[in-house]
Amino acid sequence: MYGLFLRHFYLITRSFPRVLDLVYWPTIQITLWGFISNFFATHTTYYNNAVGVILTCAILYDFLFRTSIGFNMLFLEEIWSRNFTNLFIAPMKIGEILTSLVATALIRALIGLIPAVLLTSPLFGISILDLGIFLFFLFLSLYLFGITLGILVSAGLLRYGPSFENIAWSTMFLLAPFGCIYYPIEILPELFQKIAYLLPLVYIFEEARNILINQTVDIQNIYNAFIWNGVYFILSIALFYYSFNVAKKKGTLINMGE
Amino acid sequence: MKNLVEVKNIKKNYGKNEAVKGISFNIKEDEILGLLGPNGSGKTTTIGMLLGLLKPTSGEILINGQKLEGNRIEILEQINFISPYIELPKKLSVKQNLTVYGKLYKINNINERIEFLSEKLRLGGLLNSITGELSSGQKNRVSLAKALINEPKVLLLDEPTASLDPEVGDFVRSFLEDYKKEKKISILLASHNMNEVTRLCKSILMMKDGIIIDKGNPEELINKHGRKNLEEVFLKLSRSKNELN
Repeated sequence: MYGLFLRHFYLITRSFPRVLDLVYWPTIQITLWGFISNFFATHTTYYNNAVGVILTCAILYDFLFRTSIGFNMLFLEEIWSRNFTNLFIAPMKIGEILTSLVATALIRALIGLIPAVLLTSPLFGISILDLGIFLFFLFLSLYLFGITLGILVSAGLLRYGPSFENIAWSTMFLLAPFGCIYYPIEILPELFQKIAYLLPLVYIFEEARNILINQTVDIQNIYNAFIWNGVYFILSIALFYYSFNVAKKKGTLINMGE
Repeated sequence: MKNLVEVKNIKKNYGKNEAVKGISFNIKEDEILGLLGPNGSGKTTTIGMLLGLLKPTSGEILINGQKLEGNRIEILEQINFISPYIELPKKLSVKQNLTVYGKLYKINNINERIEFLSEKLRLGGLLNSITGELSSGQKNRVSLAKALINEPKVLLLDEPTASLDPEVGDFVRSFLEDYKKEKKISILLASHNMNEVTRLCKSILMMKDGIIIDKGNPEELINKHGRKNLEEVFLKLSRSKNELN
């Protein structure tokens, strides 16, 4: 019994990502649900005028989640199936690898999204299409941010190897409290608000609520989301190239297949 | 015969650890060069550098006259690799896997190529089988088919017959001999199977601690070290202090 305990204890103490994983999830869950509870306790009438705002935001967030995780999954699948080396010795430019993953991640996300959108109407009498033409821009923005996160995590996998996998699963949850998915940004403490304004998510979800609750459109929110998306997307691509070069120096690429 | 692979004084350091300490060798066309050495001698690192997966700390690699540095994509079109440590996606059928790699290597007549390889490697009845459900011997032949999908000029083999039964092992060795003769390709064979190396290789490099400690053809090495076979030469050199010959 003690031997089995030791086997897992040694594993945890030898891997910082595993320790981080243990601390990370409770902290994030408590923070996120703390803000949600706080918001509903103090703003009981906020959602009265627009039934389905929460559900709409949940679908939007899920699309982001599916896109990001979908991208990571594509990368991780190659590691798990020990096919990674085969891919990286194929004559493909990094740009070609990224482009194919980005396109495949979109298809995966859409496969998950379409049934969810279709189900909300008969089950809850809500249609996400109430967001109108701006729904397209919100989805596009979420898709961009989703693949940006995917590329960032994949860069980490390239740089640090499979031990970075836990981070791959948790990036979306780390950002969730700052994304203001289910509550307006004002509910966050001032410091968190400053961080949130540096992310495209807050503009996307604020705008979704604005359209559904106030029936108005603030183009500036959509514009801000795209600006931040552009910044992070370019950064993620640069980081991926950098990680690829570091991996070639450190030997991560060759160890990944074993 | 021209050199298809030219390795010029390559070194690879991981921090302070010198994995490969400046080695040079060539592989001619229609030649199988054996790369022997104990675990940790630098064989995998050397193969990684030849595949462009590792950047040498210094030195130069030329494949078919082209520098690897700066021409990685063009060179990867001309080489391929097989190792028991890497696999093809298990959920895909054999044909799907070969089609994927045919596309990645931009092969024009993929179906013809798959048909040719499946005939040569006795894969005919397996093309629609799920790769993960195949036996080790079958998987090995599928991996070999993948490694030959682009008609490589240079083939890097890391333990190509490890874990195979003698019959399949013999089939793979015979196939490699014939294929090399027919296509005039260069093969680098890293193996711990000394009988295999004796049979396939006209020349051998012995590596230890990141350097080449001896080289020659199997017979020369056996005579030079006064041993009965290559395995005994390997054991002698592995246990001795490094000496450049």
